[in-house]
Amino acid sequence: MNLLEIKNLSLFKDNRPILNNLSMDIWAGHVHAVIGPNGAGKSTLANTIMGLSGYRDFEGDILLEGESIAPLSVDERARRGITLLFQEPARFEGLGVMSFILAGAKEKSRAVAEEALAKVGLAPEKYLMRAVDKTLSGGERKRIELASIYAMKPRLVLMDEPDSGVDIDSIKYIFSIIKELRKAGSTVVLITHSPEVLRRADHAFLICAGTLVDKGEMSRMFDYFNGKCVPCAHVGQPVEDAVAQTPAST
Amino acid sequence: MSELTLTEKEKLLAELLASINQHRFAPDVAHVEIHGNQVLNKNLVEGLIVEAETIEDGVQVHIRVKRGVALKNPVHFCFGLIPDNGVQRIVIDTVIEQGAHATFIANCTFPNAVNVRHLMNATIEIKEGASLSYFERHTHGPEGGVTIVPVTNVRVHEDGRFSTEFELIKGAAGIIELDYAAEVDANATVDMKTRIFGRASDRIHIKEAAHLAGPGSTGVLTSHIALKNTATATIENELVADAPYARGHVDCKEIVQDEAKARAIPIVQVNNHLAHVTHEAAIGSVDSKQLETLLSRGLTEDEATEMIIQGLLS
Ligand SMILES: Nc1ncnc2c1ncn2[C@@H]1O[C@H](COP(=O)(O)OP(=O)(O)OP(=O)(O)O)[C@@H](O)[C@H]1O
Ligand SMILES: [Mg+2]
Repeated sequence: MNLLEIKNLSLFKDNRPILNNLSMDIWAGHVHAVIGPNGAGKSTLANTIMGLSGYRDFEGDILLEGESIAPLSVDERARRGITLLFQEPARFEGLGVMSFILAGAKEKSRAVAEEALAKVGLAPEKYLMRAVDKTLSGGERKRIELASIYAMKPRLVLMDEPDSGVDIDSIKYIFSIIKELRKAGSTVVLITHSPEVLRRADHAFLICAGTLVDKGEMSRMFDYFNGKCVPCAHVGQPVEDAVAQTPAST
Repeated sequence: MSELTLTEKEKLLAELLASINQHRFAPDVAHVEIHGNQVLNKNLVEGLIVEAETIEDGVQVHIRVKRGVALKNPVHFCFGLIPDNGVQRIVIDTVIEQGAHATFIANCTFPNAVNVRHLMNATIEIKEGASLSYFERHTHGPEGGVTIVPVTNVRVHEDGRFSTEFELIKGAAGIIELDYAAEVDANATVDMKTRIFGRASDRIHIKEAAHLAGPGSTGVLTSHIALKNTATATIENELVADAPYARGHVDCKEIVQDEAKARAIPIVQVNNHLAHVTHEAAIGSVDSKQLETLLSRGLTEDEATEMIIQGLLS
């Protein structure tokens, strides 16, 4: 069953298509990956689904269980169960880790915050009293963001490069969060440049120059990481040219 | 103000302490409570001298922490006025002698103020290798009928450390004219912080200045201000570095909502090529990325804004 349907989605910036007639089905309870080169439009897609400012003016539609979410604000979408792990998490001033983690949690208790921190491999006694500010390292910041998402137990989580900046020993926590969220019934969309992360998905979409160029079972999509970006053979070209050359999506 | 009877003193003391949610102190905690121009209560510890004399509209206080003494517990001061109008002038000179260390927590409380003026005139001398952390928290009533004029001059001698934090988050600020200046000798540090929430028609003027006069001296001036309704704030931070290896930083963040207005005037000046001073300022509405992060967790815009402001002022 589709939790989310993306229908003929196009988004323009400076008269340039960043997303170009994208149609994608996000199946409930599955883990999907979105792969593609830098500048392909992956973050734009996630930001558009979340409804962030600057990403609200699009063509096409986005349906959550058959109902358009286009008119909904970010927080309304979030209250329907959609959330986003930002590629570059925000840094706050003074906001406590505990308050941040519990922001979206239904049960706002210390125990929930501690469990979430432990799940991302950060010792609660070391981090709970700290602030989500510039004194945290990039990887710590990302893992705290993930902890807050874990505490929220969303229905659909868009993870924009959950592994970027996270050290090799800590990636296992990211994977276990993905597993736990799925076990709890969440649907996950993983945006990634890593074959290791792709391996955690059931299914993947390959996006290039804002266009869906391939989709299929995860095991079939590894060619992309081996430098075979079939069927579009334009890696390294300016995005504008690529759009013109890209065949219609499958 | 005329001399109070013992029961009057006790009653005022209880009201003062209740307004700041403080009820009892352990016997080894030094504390001094001053209402208007009367010292209501005083408990001192070894190595700490506090002498106070009544002046016409307030109290003159001499504080001394003796050479080499490290006070184990913070010293609590409570200054306030229970009636809805009046003046309280506090003239304080503080000396932290060589190698002594102390923490002062001052609560200034005007819970019923309609027309109150609180004038503080302080000189603080931190001798060689000594340190003082001074935390001042204001509790005002909802009406904001308070004018606060704290003027403080600090001299931090070689290897000394001084940090100060001024907090006014609860109740209306009223009118604030804060003026802190520090002279910082070799390898000494000064760290001044103000955290203020201005509402209604509050008028806030903050002036913090540090003169990094000695080699290796450091100074950090931080102002975090949130404003709403028609409150206004002007923040002047001035950091002047004259000596080699002096290091300084000015951090001014103001979140402005509604019809509020904020102005920041940072002055950073370096007179020695081996000194280094930085400055960051951000004034405006709530940061959109911070806001959208919290919105994407399902908080409403008001809830998210509140949370970001609480963080800034924490
Ligand atoms: N607000 C904007 N204004 C103009 N161009 C934009 C805007 N947002 C994104 N773009 C452009 O859209 C393209 C897609 O960007 P996006 O961030 O979605 O790429 P991505 O696939 O996530 O890349 P990466 O792998 O580097 O994160 C890029 O060329 C980018 O410069
Ligand atoms: Mg991206």
